[in-house]
Amino acid sequence: MSAAIAAGADATRSLQRRAAPELALDARAPDVGRLELAWASRRRDLKLVTRPRRRSQSVLVVGSGLAGAAAAATLSELGHRVTCLCFQDSPRRAHSVAAQGGINACKNYQNDGDSVEKLFLDTLRGGDYRAREANVYRLAELSVAIIDQCVAQGVPFAREYAGHLGNRSFGGTTVSRTFYARGITGQQLLLGAYQALSREVAAGGVQLLARHEVLEIIVHDGRARGVVARDLATGELRALVADAVVLATGGYANVYHHSTNALGSNATAIVRAYQHGAAFANPCFVQFHPTALPPSGQPQGKLVLMSEALRNDGRVWVPRTPGDGRRPEQIPESERDYYLERLYPRYGNLSPRDLASRAAKARCDAGHGVGPTGRGVYLDLGDAVLRDGRTKLVERYGNVLEMYARATGDDPLQTPMRIYPCAHYSMGGLWVDYDLMSTLPGLFVIGEANFSDHGANRLGASALLQGLADGYFIVPLTASAHVGGASLPALDLAAPDVKDALARAESRTARLLAVRGRRSALEFQAQLGDLLWNGCGLSREAGGLERALAAIGPLREAFWRELRVPGSSGELNQELERAGRVADALELGELMVRDALARDESAGCHYREEHQTVEGEARRNDADFAHVAAWFHAGASAPPRRVVEPLVYRHAVPEERNYR
Amino acid sequence: MNLVLDIWRQQSLGAEGRFVRYSLADVPAHFSLLDALDRLNAELVARGEVPVAFESDCREGICGACGVVAAGSAHGGERRTTSCEKRVGAFEDGATVRIEPFRASAFPVLRDLVVDRSALDRLIASGGYVSVRTGNAPEANALPIAKQTAERALDAAACIGCGACVAACPNASAALFVGAKVTHLGLLPQGAPERERRALAMVEAADREGFGACTGYGECHAACPKGIGLDVITHLNRELLRAARS
Repeated sequence: MSAAIAAGADATRSLQRRAAPELALDARAPDVGRLELAWASRRRDLKLVTRPRRRSQSVLVVGSGLAGAAAAATLSELGHRVTCLCFQDSPRRAHSVAAQGGINACKNYQNDGDSVEKLFLDTLRGGDYRAREANVYRLAELSVAIIDQCVAQGVPFAREYAGHLGNRSFGGTTVSRTFYARGITGQQLLLGAYQALSREVAAGGVQLLARHEVLEIIVHDGRARGVVARDLATGELRALVADAVVLATGGYANVYHHSTNALGSNATAIVRAYQHGAAFANPCFVQFHPTALPPSGQPQGKLVLMSEALRNDGRVWVPRTPGDGRRPEQIPESERDYYLERLYPRYGNLSPRDLASRAAKARCDAGHGVGPTGRGVYLDLGDAVLRDGRTKLVERYGNVLEMYARATGDDPLQTPMRIYPCAHYSMGGLWVDYDLMSTLPGLFVIGEANFSDHGANRLGASALLQGLADGYFIVPLTASAHVGGASLPALDLAAPDVKDALARAESRTARLLAVRGRRSALEFQAQLGDLLWNGCGLSREAGGLERALAAIGPLREAFWRELRVPGSSGELNQELERAGRVADALELGELMVRDALARDESAGCHYREEHQTVEGEARRNDADFAHVAAWFHAGASAPPRRVVEPLVYRHAVPEERNYR
Repeated sequence: MNLVLDIWRQQSLGAEGRFVRYSLADVPAHFSLLDALDRLNAELVARGEVPVAFESDCREGICGACGVVAAGSAHGGERRTTSCEKRVGAFEDGATVRIEPFRASAFPVLRDLVVDRSALDRLIASGGYVSVRTGNAPEANALPIAKQTAERALDAAACIGCGACVAACPNASAALFVGAKVTHLGLLPQGAPERERRALAMVEAADREGFGACTGYGECHAACPKGIGLDVITHLNRELLRAARS
């Protein structure tokens, strides 16, 4: 461990003592000296119970994306009684379905020097050394088995002519380790998990509750023992109890309104868990994807994403002259600025997402942006068409190219695509220990909903990896051992804690309907999104963050004064669903801004303008901020409390991220 | 552009429904059909009326949540296009466009344009999987699969489960949906051991759920936003024959 890191750890420990003596964070990572033995030793020590006993123990899984479906299926295979909920009409629609490019795994099939160590180091470095070493190592280790598992399920990954699996490259690494299925990798992996889940549903191990949205967490004796869910088709509220709860509810990029997330993606369950004692870690770490389509005036905030894989073959550029209004094909080579290749000669167009996004916004802010709004840069496949021909490119990216053509009316193989950064993925999320359990005992959090593995910036093609590692291989064992060791008495549906949770959910819904103002929930969502994009977006500084923080309170008050939700609670009511989600986004938005203010350094996607290198890159401050910041709710009237988990690097020496 | 939307309104499951006309002015031509419905809903909410319920999630044609019949065709009748991708510019300025839910007896209407498609989930649960427990997989490259085979499997696996094939079929048959899964898994060595059982179980489940039989209209393929070919139905029939013989 370097001296700077040790000093940072000391400083943060003293901060922790001052802030909240009774709130400590113990990651409980096995301390066995060698990282490669950590997961093996944890598995050895997990106190699993026999199959007949497991049958009497139940687990609720909220969410049915890669993490949730994989966890529900595997927990059921282990013999537990599982209930899996999703707000969509079918588990197959969870937003993992939209991931295009691929999934990383260090199989080293290309013999280009890949290894567990290398994926581990790439992930840590990509995350700017703000992730927990032991978790990241385990992620890299499990990547290999995930590919095996998915192939065995019948996921039709791309193959070479000899029949072996193919790979492509993603940002932030020099090796080719991304497995893919055209531009629909997320869909294919999700179908694998969904089919495994469906098999368990048919076998009677999983009760599936689609169209159910979790509104409350049931806490009993200090443990998460269930949820209250609203049946979105009928409006009926249902209390569901279990021995443990697994949240796999995805990320919260929708707080920015304009995001690549699905319209329904929401933070209600994680915000409610936070309000019941689960600490929220690094909420300000949100990734902006560099290759989304620019906004063009639609009422909804959803923007179409173009796979990052396109950066394998595409070159990103803007006109050298600000305000150049010519069509791209009329701008000669000498008047184009291939700024990623210029700024980052080693990684060029495959620079990590945070760098690529900031560089795009910087070009546009300087007047070089293209398209009707000036918010856009070109992603140009022209050279690739000349080199490889149309057929090859269609084979490689098929549906992504079609999607672009449909959304814009342009053929991306003839006219350069226009792209712009957009909120995409939340590295922050509920704090979890090595077993993926939150600070609320019995509440496990997996996939994008937790904060775990990506630090301050996620590498492309690692979200699918983390979802499946958590869902197939980690949480089934740790949650099983947890419920096995706990021997909890059954919780009666008539118990006061259950009835209270039901009453809270009911009154919350009633309150939304009772405002009877004149403005729709969507208006408030757009307003919150603008506020966060401007104050706590791609780059942040103290003044803007203070202004954003000051503005959120009044916006929330306006929401509760002027909101209009037509209809009633006892029916399918999409406006009511949205209003509830926006109410929780307002809470989370405030926490994000507080976190961004408190983290007075730049790290990965969290770019504080006050802290940059002479080249304008993010400058970390390891002495003071080599930690996870976890926020504990302290009631509606008191500000939340910030507690830190120091990050100690024994195996990877933090260095300045340099992709130049 | 201006549009008149003639939309199916139905309060709840089993309630009587009717068409209601709404005028929409100055809709940008690049708006999708669902953007136009969003615009309408914003106006309805502002007037204190109940907005039109319809489903969508990803808005980029991959989740399969959206699905309406527009101007008589599932997803609006454009090839390889979902409702969320269908642009209103495809309609004439000033046109009246009728918008209805996907209709089939296996897809009961829950409200307005929202239907219950959980029958499709039950078809998958009846056998649309490979039975492999987590953690039991051999090394992924141990079993080479010809590139063409993997690509054909992926063509079939690209189904998004939207149900347009059922809505477009005069028999409300799910043959394209079942055929796609049977083809995807049946072509791959990993799915081969269960192929007969899978085909039989899924077809039996489709009968049970009230989907009709396939009589070869081919409307399903035309409506499929992922362009899944009729060859998957041929493949399904071959699998059924094979199962009957064995």
